[in-house]
Amino acid sequence: MKAIVNVFLKNGVLDSQGKAVLHALSGHGFGTVNDVRVGKQIIIEMDESDAAKAKEKVAHMCEELLANTVIEEYTIEIQA
Amino acid sequence: MKVGIIQFPGTNCEYDTQHAFASLGCDTEILWHKNDTISEGIDLVVVPGGFSYGDYLRSGAIAKMSPLMKALKLYADNGGKVLGICNGFQVLTEMGLLPGALKRNEGLHFISRHHHLKVISTNNEFLRLYTKNALLNIPIAHHDGNFYIDEQGLAELYANDQVLLKYTDENGEIDNPNGSVDSIAGICNKSKNVFGLMPHPERAMESLLGSDDGCRMLEGFLHA
Repeated sequence: MKAIVNVFLKNGVLDSQGKAVLHALSGHGFGTVNDVRVGKQIIIEMDESDAAKAKEKVAHMCEELLANTVIEEYTIEIQA
Repeated sequence: MKVGIIQFPGTNCEYDTQHAFASLGCDTEILWHKNDTISEGIDLVVVPGGFSYGDYLRSGAIAKMSPLMKALKLYADNGGKVLGICNGFQVLTEMGLLPGALKRNEGLHFISRHHHLKVISTNNEFLRLYTKNALLNIPIAHHDGNFYIDEQGLAELYANDQVLLKYTDENGEIDNPNGSVDSIAGICNKSKNVFGLMPHPERAMESLLGSDDGCRMLEGFLHA
């Protein structure tokens, strides 16, 4: 089973990298870009056949290590 | 006085820190992160600067999973004194021993230069030898020094006198190099036995090398 974890800064926590990319895109003629957020994606392969259990384990991983919940939020997608 | 200094793969300030404390007459011991206990008789544990685990994932994030960190948590919970400098500050916030988090610098650049700091609170062992509002000149060298805490957390820091140092210019006016909330450079925990700061006092021990303003920070722990 595969888990796709996306980690982003929470709303309200300034995303300096997103702002820098936004300015770069705007400066290169991509004037229709309103906002950019930069995050990271973590792909986990695991020996687990139950999707619910897999999601629970990955959520635990996020709380323990993969995200810093003081400043970040995460989403988990489980693929067979 | 014996000082234990934690070493992870990628730590690079452990020997500067050792030299700084030895110059003040302290015994020192380097503590390898794979150990699972902190030796008896250690009066202060320093988590020094550097790039533990290459700053992979987030600065300080992987280091917090090392075996010695469980012992450090216990040591701090029992009132043991802990000082985190730069990457050490990041590790302590990741572990939850200090509130808040250190984000990428607002301007996205790595900043390495001397910076002025104002002493905000002296009601603690770390800064007890300074006078309130004293101005210090101490190097900073970081990429992720942008201190973040939410409004409620910030109010608690002030209410408990946990804000220790702020970034200023040479006249004591706020001069924020990295986007930190309220220009905060250093804090302590509520019970005032865990301290963290981004600047490097161990690099400000000799006036010949630019500044000795860091000496009294480290001396604060002696005979306290």
